[in-house]
Amino acid sequence: MLEQQDKLLDVQNLWVKFPTRNGVFDAVRGISFSLGKERLGIVGESGSGKSMTGRAILRLIRKPGIVTADRIMLHDKDLMAMSEREMRKVRGQRISMIMQDPKFSLNPVMPVGEQIMEAYAAHATASKADVKRKALDMLEAVSIRDPERVFRAYPHEMSGGMGQRIMIAMMLIPDPEILIADEPTSALDVSVQTQVLSIMDRLVQERGMGLIFISHDLNLVSSFCDRVLIMYAGRIVETCRADKLHEARHPYTRGLLNSLPRLTEPKERLDVLKRDPAWREAQSVSGAS
Amino acid sequence: MSGLGISHLDVWFGSGHDRVDAVKDVSFRVDSGASFGLVGESGSGKSTILRALTGLVPNWSGEMIVAGEKLARKRTAQFYKKVQMVFQDPYASLHPRHTVDQVLSETLYLHGFDAIDQRIVKLLDDVGLGPSFRFRYPHQLSGGQRQRVAIARALAPEPEILLLDEPTSALDVSVQAEILNLLVDLRMARKLTYVMVSHDLAVVGHMCERIAVMQLGEIVEIMSVADMRAMKTSHPYTKHLLESSLGYKRVENIA
Repeated sequence: MLEQQDKLLDVQNLWVKFPTRNGVFDAVRGISFSLGKERLGIVGESGSGKSMTGRAILRLIRKPGIVTADRIMLHDKDLMAMSEREMRKVRGQRISMIMQDPKFSLNPVMPVGEQIMEAYAAHATASKADVKRKALDMLEAVSIRDPERVFRAYPHEMSGGMGQRIMIAMMLIPDPEILIADEPTSALDVSVQTQVLSIMDRLVQERGMGLIFISHDLNLVSSFCDRVLIMYAGRIVETCRADKLHEARHPYTRGLLNSLPRLTEPKERLDVLKRDPAWREAQSVSGAS
Repeated sequence: MSGLGISHLDVWFGSGHDRVDAVKDVSFRVDSGASFGLVGESGSGKSTILRALTGLVPNWSGEMIVAGEKLARKRTAQFYKKVQMVFQDPYASLHPRHTVDQVLSETLYLHGFDAIDQRIVKLLDDVGLGPSFRFRYPHQLSGGQRQRVAIARALAPEPEILLLDEPTSALDVSVQAEILNLLVDLRMARKLTYVMVSHDLAVVGHMCERIAVMQLGEIVEIMSVADMRAMKTSHPYTKHLLESSLGYKRVENIA
């Protein structure tokens, strides 16, 4: 168990529900976990509720979606009890989020530099010159070689990898305590992926941030994170140390691992995951560290 | 002699200042019944080669021989009977307002087949979908089921060569395993030749016997799967790709 002060985030009994014509659909069904200064991976298939968990923490689920939780504690403050106005102070400044595809999360008609400055100016009071210097520093911190040029460029002039690094710069400039990264590298090539990950890795270590890393890529999560939550049908079915992921015991995790083709261990046929209805019903495992 | 051979293929887009050479002097051959993989990063020209083969790019030079036929500017109907393609995104490659039945019967009709009704039943069965899927629309299918329909559509003209453009990259790993198994089975049963494009080296390693690594429009290396598994490569770029695909390596602790 972590000491109370080391715990950045503590989520208890989180539900995300969507009312539909055929009754209420539960996207996330009563999960509990906590986050320290660590890299926490959340893996699962599409529809397992992993992205919804990330969004629910920032209270970004739009109506008619419903989020309920016993508590979502950021240190000693309960996010569930905050007003929308207070929430705006949390988003970006204390918890920020990187989305999957930089193409859809940057403003296409605004130069990159201005967007980064805007992200900073929204939360801090500083002179324009200071903000600009800070933005340029940040671009340099995410390994952009020519920050002055990129600062003036528009998003369409950037490659996918550059765009994602700009997103990271933008999200980190207010110096948040927690970063939620929702499939930050899925749209990127493997070699660019490694670059982006190492930047995030370095920033987490230097700044002592907590990172929630949402991904469907089991190999990546097991090599990048410290701890993993495995989600299935809106519940956490298993939690383990990331480097011990290949020893996971739950049949779902095992099934996912076995269905992956591996470069080093060739086999004739891949195993196909057989779903057991009991997995849906099993109680959620606590993801407390 | 079926199979296919490409020699000195160049593909470019635009002209003058805006000219981009997407594929530069690419040559390889694939024997009949073999499975050949193309890997590389986005923009390396791997999909463009498939598009050049199927006649979807306007400007190209070089020689392409497919199933004994030297390709001209315009493809013949005969060509599309021998070569078919499965696209990356099953959410985009099926007509949203056509049922599975319409998709398959139109293809069969255009290729001049008879007994369309029985053929559709057989095709659906071959790709592991029951007859109950026949009158569904794409939005009533999951991603994996849609890709099965796309594969059934490609198999409808009874082709010899299947071009696969990242057929599983939009799917979950568990569904990916099902589709890859299906493709392996179909290749055995129908003696198909595959050319597969993917950015996932493990997938290509599972499916193919020989692999071409592409960078900036050129093939930097053609290697066997055994060499790739053993990391036996002479080219630094291939080595770099292989290492990145094995997972993330921690940077040294700074604190």
